[in-house]
Amino acid sequence: MHTHTAMSPSVPLQEMIRAIRSARTQCEERGVIQRECAAIRAQFRQADNGGRSHNLAKLLYVHMLGYPAHFGQMECVRMIASPRYSEKRVGYLGAMMLLDEKQDASLLITNSIKNDLSHSNQYVQSLALCTLACMGSAEMCRDLAPEIDRLLRASNSYIKKKAALCAVHIVRKVHELGELFVPAARSLLSEKNHGVLHGAVVLIIELCEQNPETLERFRKTVPDLVQIMKGLVLSGYSPEHDVAGISDPFLQVRILRLLRILGRNNEGASDSMNDLLAQVATNTDSTKTVGNAVLYETVLTVLDIKSESGLRVLAVNILGRFLLNNDRNIRYIAMTSLQKIVGTDHNAVQRHRGTIVDCLKDQDASVKRRALELSLALVSASNIRSMMKELLLFLSSCPPELRAHAASGIFNAAERYAPSQRWHIDTMLHVLITAGGDVRDETVPNLIQLITNASELHCYTVHKLYRALLLDISQQSLVQVACWCIGEYGDLLLKGDCQETEPVQVTEDDALDALETVLQSHMSSPATRGFALTATMKLSTRITDNVDRIRSIVSIYGSCIDVELQQRAVEYNALFRKYDHMRAAVLERMPVIEKNSPGHTNGESTGEAVKDVPTAKMKQGEPLLLQQPANQVCDLLDLLGGSEETLQPGPAVDCLVSGLSVHAAGTAGGDLLDLLGGFEPAELSPAPQVLAYDKGGVTLTLSCEKQSDTGLTVTLTASNSSDSDLSSFTLQAAVPKSVQLHMKAPSGDSLPARGTAKVTQMVVLNNPNKVNLKMRVRVSYTRQGSPFQDTVQIDSFPGLDAAGQ
Amino acid sequence: MPMRFLLLFSRQGKLRLQKWFTPLTDREKKKVIRDVMALVLARPPRSCNFLHWRDIKVVYKRYASLYFCTGLEDQDNELLTLEVLHRYVELLDKYFGNVCELDIIFNFEKAYYILDEFLMGGEVLETSKVAVSVSMENADTLQETMEEYMNRPAF
Repeated sequence: MHTHTAMSPSVPLQEMIRAIRSARTQCEERGVIQRECAAIRAQFRQADNGGRSHNLAKLLYVHMLGYPAHFGQMECVRMIASPRYSEKRVGYLGAMMLLDEKQDASLLITNSIKNDLSHSNQYVQSLALCTLACMGSAEMCRDLAPEIDRLLRASNSYIKKKAALCAVHIVRKVHELGELFVPAARSLLSEKNHGVLHGAVVLIIELCEQNPETLERFRKTVPDLVQIMKGLVLSGYSPEHDVAGISDPFLQVRILRLLRILGRNNEGASDSMNDLLAQVATNTDSTKTVGNAVLYETVLTVLDIKSESGLRVLAVNILGRFLLNNDRNIRYIAMTSLQKIVGTDHNAVQRHRGTIVDCLKDQDASVKRRALELSLALVSASNIRSMMKELLLFLSSCPPELRAHAASGIFNAAERYAPSQRWHIDTMLHVLITAGGDVRDETVPNLIQLITNASELHCYTVHKLYRALLLDISQQSLVQVACWCIGEYGDLLLKGDCQETEPVQVTEDDALDALETVLQSHMSSPATRGFALTATMKLSTRITDNVDRIRSIVSIYGSCIDVELQQRAVEYNALFRKYDHMRAAVLERMPVIEKNSPGHTNGESTGEAVKDVPTAKMKQGEPLLLQQPANQVCDLLDLLGGSEETLQPGPAVDCLVSGLSVHAAGTAGGDLLDLLGGFEPAELSPAPQVLAYDKGGVTLTLSCEKQSDTGLTVTLTASNSSDSDLSSFTLQAAVPKSVQLHMKAPSGDSLPARGTAKVTQMVVLNNPNKVNLKMRVRVSYTRQGSPFQDTVQIDSFPGLDAAGQ
Repeated sequence: MPMRFLLLFSRQGKLRLQKWFTPLTDREKKKVIRDVMALVLARPPRSCNFLHWRDIKVVYKRYASLYFCTGLEDQDNELLTLEVLHRYVELLDKYFGNVCELDIIFNFEKAYYILDEFLMGGEVLETSKVAVSVSMENADTLQETMEEYMNRPAF
C-alpha cells in the first residue's frame, strides 16, 4: 500500500496498475483507486513538474476500469496545448477517451487542433488529425475542413492518408462539405501509396453514397479502378502488402465496394467491370479466410450490379461452394448472401437447397438461424412434403430462441402449399405437439377453422387429438384445440369406427375423464379451462348415459373462484334447468367457418387473442362465434332472459328456436347475430384504398369516409416490405388554410420488416369552405440508426369527386 | 460502412481496451459493453464468429485470454473484419514481441497508439504492417528524445 501527500513524486503508471491488480477485493481496489485519484488531482493542480503525462495516463487507466474521470478533462486540454510531444500524445489520447462532441470542454481543443494541423512535425499533425476524426463535432469540422483539404493535396503520404479518413469523418458529420473534397479525392486515385489509395477509395465511397450527382461524376473513374485492381490481382508477390498470397486484401475489398456502388443500376459501368470481376472470381485463392473475404465482396458486387448472366451464375456457384466449406463462418455468410437473392434468383438458390437444409443440423446457433430463414424462403409447392419433414425434424431439436419463428414459418408454409387437408391438419398437430408453447395465440382459432372445413376428417382429427390429450396436457394450444374438438365432435369420438385410424373404444366416461383432467390440472391456463368446460357442456347433447355427470361438473364450477369459469358454469346450469328445451339447438354442431381472405387466417388480421371479450368492435362477423362459443351462448341467454317479459311465451319462443336452428345449420354466424340484433352489423365492404406513397419498401395507402357534408375521415395505413425494421415512424400532415385538421394518435410507431405489421392513423378533416382538398404528408422514420424523411402530396381522395366533395 | 466500436476484454469480463467510432453517451457505452460482452462470453468454443445484436453485426475472435470484438453495420464484410482483427493482433505482437494480455494491461496507452496508426474513424488507415511499425518506432523515438531533452540537467 502506498501513502501519498500532495508533494510526493507521482507513482509511475505501472506501479499503480500493479497496486490495483493486487487488491484482493472490490472494496480494496476502490480504496487504492480513491487514493490514486486524490494524488492525481493534487498533481494536476501543481505547476508543471515533468510527470504530467504519467498522471493523465494513470487517470485514463482508472477510467477504463469504469471509475469516473471527468476531472481530468481540463488536464487533457492543457496537455494538448503543451509543446512537448509526450504530453500532447497522452493529452490527445485522453481527449479521445474522456471527451466527446457533446462535452463543452471539447470546444476548447479546437484551437490546439487547428494549430497542430500545421505543425512542422508530422507526428504532431497526425495526433490532431486522428483526434478530429474521432470526436470532431460538426462545428469543428466546418471550421477545419479547408485545412484538411489543403493537407489532402500538399503533404506527404503519411499525412495524406490520415487527412483522407479525416475528410470521411467530416463528410459524415456535415454532408454539405462533401462537395469541397471531390477534386482532391479524384486526384488521390493516382497515388501509388496503398494507404493513401485506400483512404481515397473510402472517401470516394462516402461522397458517392451521400450525393447521387457526385456518384455520376465518379463513374468516369471506373476504368482507373479496374486498372488498379488488375494490378493488385495479377501482380507478383509484394511482401509489404501480402496476406496469405493475396496482395492487399483490404484495398481490394474497398475497391470492389466502390465498383459496386458505381455499377449499380448502370449498364455501361457494369459492362466495363465485367471482365475484371470474372478474373477476380476465378483467380483468387480460396483456401484461406482472406481469399474468401475478397471472393465474398466480389460476389456481393456481381449480384448487385447489372452483370451478365454468366457472371451471375459464377457468383451463385461461389456461394454454393461456400456452403460446403468446413469453416462455419463461410457457411454463415454464404447463407446470408443467398437470403438476399432468394427473391430474385430463386431457381439458382433452389439448386443448393439440399446443402442449406443440412445446415439446419449444424451445431452452431447462428448457422441454424440462417439455415432456417433460407429454408423457409425455399419452400415451394413441389418440395413441400420433403421440406416439411426436415423443418419438423428441426423444430423438435431447435434452440428455444428459434422455436416461435420456426413454428410460425412452418404454419405459413403449410398454409400456402398444403397438398391435402389431412396433411395440413397433421402438420399443424405435429407442431402443436412439439412446440405448442411457442406458437402465436391465433394458431388455435386458425387450426379450429381449418378442422371445421375438413368435414370428412372430423372423425380422424378428434381421435388423433384425443390420443394426444391423453399423453400430454401441458401444451395449452394443443389442449385447447383438443377440448374444442372433443366437445364439438364427441359423438364421432364415441362411435369408435374411423377409416383413417385404428379403431379404439372410447367410452363416455373416458371422454369426460379427459376433459375433467384438463379442468382440474394446475397446468391448464384459465382460457384452457374455459374450453374444457364448454366442451363438457357440449357433450351433454352428444352422449346419452352420463348427462348427470356433466350436470354435476357444471354445478360445481358454479362456485369456482375464476370469474370467467363461474359465469360460464352458472349459465350452463341455467341452460340445464330453465332452458333445457333449447339446449339441443344451442349446443348443436357449428357451421363451417369461412376464411375471411385468402392467405390470411382469422386471428392474424385482427391480432386478437382467443381470450378477448366480444364487446370489442368486430371487423367480420364469423370469428366471434369461434372465439367465444360460450359467451355467445351467454349473450343469447341474456337477451332472452332480459326480454322474457316482452316476448310472448310459447309460439314466439319456438319461433326463435327454429329461427336459431335454421341459421345455425346454414350460413355464416353473422346472420345469427343479426337476428338477435344485439351487435353492430359487420362492416363487410372495405372502403376503397388508394396507394399514395411507395418508396424504399415503405407504402402508404389511404381510404376515406365521408362523415358529413363537410367532414371527412382519412385513414392512413403504412406498411414496410423491405428487409429491415423501421422505428420512430411518424406521419405529419398539412392541408390548405381553410381546412381544419385533427390527427388522431397512430396505432404505433414501429414498422417491422416484410410487412408483418402495419401502422394506421386517422386524420379527421373539416372542409367548411369546400375548397379543393389537398394534403401533404411527411413520412419520417429511422432505419438501422439513420433517420429518413420524405414528403408526398395527395391530390385526390378515393370516394370523393374531383373537387374533393 | 465503418466499424462502430472495438472492444478487448478478458474471459472474466474485464475490459482492456475500448475504442468508439460513433458518439455515444457514457450510459450507452456501458450498455453496449455489458450486452455485447455477455453475448460473446456465452458462446461455446468453435462457434461461428458472427452474431447479431440489435441492428448491428458483432464480429469477435478469441486470442488466448482476450476477446477482440467489433460491431459492424449491415453492409460490411464480416470476413474482412476478421482479417482486420487479426492484423491488429499481429501489430501488437510485432511491437511487444509475443504479446500477452499483461502487455496490453501495463502498456494500454501503447495499444491505443498502435490502434490509431492502423484504424481511423472505424476504417482501415494503413494496410501495410511495416508502415505501421515504422510509424510507431518513429513516434516513440520522438517521445523519448523529447523526454531526454527535457530531463537533461541544465547547467
